[in-house]
Amino acid sequence: MKKTLISVIAVILATIMLAACLAGCGDASGAKKEIELKPFDGIVEQKVNGEIPATFKIGLICLHDKNSTYDKNFIVAMENVQKELGLKDEQVIIATGIPEGAECKDKAVEMAEAGCQVIIADSFGHESYMMEAAKQYPNVLFAHCTGTKAHTNTDLPNYVNAFASIYEGRYVAGVVAGLKLKEMIDTGKITADKAKVGYIGAFTYAEVISGYTSWFLGVRSIVPTATMDVTFTGSWYDETAENNAAKKLISSGCVLISQHADSMGAPNACEEAGVPNVSYNGSTFAACPNTFLISSRINWSPYYKYLIDCKVNNKTAVKDYIGTIKTGSVELTNLGASVANGTLEKVIEVRKALADGTLKVFDTSKFTVNGEALTTYMADVDDMGDYKGETEAISNGYFHESEYRSAPYFDLTIDGINLLDTKI
Amino acid sequence: MDNNSKHVREPLVHLTRRLNVSARFAWLIRIGAFVLSILVCCLVSCLLSGKVSFGFFFKHLFEGAFGSGMLVRALLRDLSILLLLALAVTPCFEMRYWNIGGEGQAMMGAFGCALIVSYTSGKMPVWGTIVLSFVTALVMAVIWAVIPALFKAKWNTNETLLTLMFNYIAICLGAYLIKKVVPMGTGILNFDSGTLSSLGSGDFWIIVSAAVVMTVVMFVYQKYSKHGYEISVVGEAPNTARYVGINTKRVVVRTLFLCGLISGLVGFLLVSVKDASFLSDSTMQSTVAGRGFTAVLISWLAHFHPLAMVLTSFLVVFITRGATQVGNMARLGNSYAGMMVGIFFFFIIATEFFINFKIHFRPKAEKKPHETAPTEPEQKPVARDPE
Repeated sequence: MKKTLISVIAVILATIMLAACLAGCGDASGAKKEIELKPFDGIVEQKVNGEIPATFKIGLICLHDKNSTYDKNFIVAMENVQKELGLKDEQVIIATGIPEGAECKDKAVEMAEAGCQVIIADSFGHESYMMEAAKQYPNVLFAHCTGTKAHTNTDLPNYVNAFASIYEGRYVAGVVAGLKLKEMIDTGKITADKAKVGYIGAFTYAEVISGYTSWFLGVRSIVPTATMDVTFTGSWYDETAENNAAKKLISSGCVLISQHADSMGAPNACEEAGVPNVSYNGSTFAACPNTFLISSRINWSPYYKYLIDCKVNNKTAVKDYIGTIKTGSVELTNLGASVANGTLEKVIEVRKALADGTLKVFDTSKFTVNGEALTTYMADVDDMGDYKGETEAISNGYFHESEYRSAPYFDLTIDGINLLDTKI
Repeated sequence: MDNNSKHVREPLVHLTRRLNVSARFAWLIRIGAFVLSILVCCLVSCLLSGKVSFGFFFKHLFEGAFGSGMLVRALLRDLSILLLLALAVTPCFEMRYWNIGGEGQAMMGAFGCALIVSYTSGKMPVWGTIVLSFVTALVMAVIWAVIPALFKAKWNTNETLLTLMFNYIAICLGAYLIKKVVPMGTGILNFDSGTLSSLGSGDFWIIVSAAVVMTVVMFVYQKYSKHGYEISVVGEAPNTARYVGINTKRVVVRTLFLCGLISGLVGFLLVSVKDASFLSDSTMQSTVAGRGFTAVLISWLAHFHPLAMVLTSFLVVFITRGATQVGNMARLGNSYAGMMVGIFFFFIIATEFFINFKIHFRPKAEKKPHETAPTEPEQKPVARDPE
């Protein structure tokens, strides 16, 4: 009896050791390396002029914590700013896990009471609560990222919105995906008419629509025959739903996947299936070395520094701040090992063209809606709760995204994109 | 594997029930366990994070709970809401009716209130909306509480499962209402008018005084009313109840009616007074936000005694708010406060075990006749009389 037991244990141990060795050897021989992409060389650095008083405090309200890539982006940027400006821990208060409810207002008030002069919130649903807190504390600057209501609430000068022209970053990421798709066609892996990509979005909001459309336009600038299926999870962070959505898209014939939701669900599903993936909010190369192509992300540090500069020097902060490639707010990560040849050069070229303004993402000659090119579109820029467009967004041959307010308002479904479902 | 030692051996450890536990002894053990749990929380935090030290932990623990007048008010407000929910489920538990649907019942109260505010605000005088939303909140919550009670009374269905399921149905109904009212929103209803909070800033006093009044009322109801007596008889000795002519079914439905009323009040307070909004995404992302489940523990830990519940809910709110502050200041992420509350509950629940049972170790080389081990793990309400 005992002998059998011992031999069973021995066999199990041997297997484990062998497996560990194999895994280790695999890593050592086939270690894949990222391709370094240097930051844009024309960035105009945001500076904080003058001395920051020792009593200065800044607060950040986050929906989740660092486990969500979206919130991580905000938190890491704040930690970088803290380090760069030499602020103490007591001067930078970061509250995580604040739901999009009355807790947000409580937290904002608590931070104001604790002496914060600038308070930032990161989630769309925080907006109304931030505005309420802003009414109570007129001397504190309340900044809400991704919000839409600051420019129409002129009676609240201490309440501002911000976003970044991330659609430009997504367009570049789309170009990377397009090059990969072209490589698949050129090597005979797929035919040009099978060039279908998939996209997992959280909700059917303008923010997501603008994101996937710009990404798709990037793909199409390289492979004109490409089409795209889009599915929604109805949540910003749902690992299982995102994982299943990716599997569903892959099994329905999508050969390349991207997503706009915050968990590792989709990238992991792609790595498992060996399907190339374009990520968002940060590199997933470490977890998905075989399939990761590129990721775009918003760097919030320039905006934080802008707000601190405004407060310290008694300047009025703009109602709508739009971070761009030039401000260093729109960033692209290093490229994955599996990108197509010549991708790096193309990325640098497209990024420069976007930064210079010679290339427009929503160029109306590049897409159609219901078979027709657009010449006019009334966008819902002023968020009055009516969901009615009132601002002409198309002029000079392109859709002016994020120009009349910081948050995206491109919400058209262009030809070539097939929505499998909608989640609002 | 080899079973050659067949002779009966006394187990190394065995348990016996402690019979005459004095309330003083029990509470001393509980307070000791609380202090110990905080110390363990501190120790774990110090070990896991380089940023946390002994002083740091206690400084921010107390600052998070009592750091300013506003924080103390927030603490008392949270405590009141939790206490009210615990008061709502307590008579059910006393009756051994395991109602774990306080969450859903409060959610339906909130639903009723949100429904009325959404559709009548601006169309009738503000006071009309408030009164109507209050009544609807009570009615909806009562319906939600009474349905499983009727099932129990009529067909003796398992109330634990049914009330649990009803929580999730309530969340889904809430989500449906939100989509109906604002089809393209962020999934949250905000009310600028038609709520009590829109009339002034007395929200703190309304919530706290509601809790104070209800605590006294429940205490009197349990201790001195005929209903309270009937509830305890039905709970402790259902057969006795039958023989003395108590209509058990009526008591069950009546008690759940009362539970529904209080839960409905909480739903109204949350929507119309505290938040001025309605959210129903998931159990934790909702207007009630899991408080209905915490309330079950609070009630149980206080041995269904309304005044003791003030203490237990205070401890839970104190740990939650304090640990959240520690977690934020040391940037430890969201799960930190949950971990600390978990450690706290672990200690307190373990304490109940040690209060109710005595551990005997096998005496060395002495054969004792095998004692009949207490096989019946049923809880006796030991601390029904802590005075």
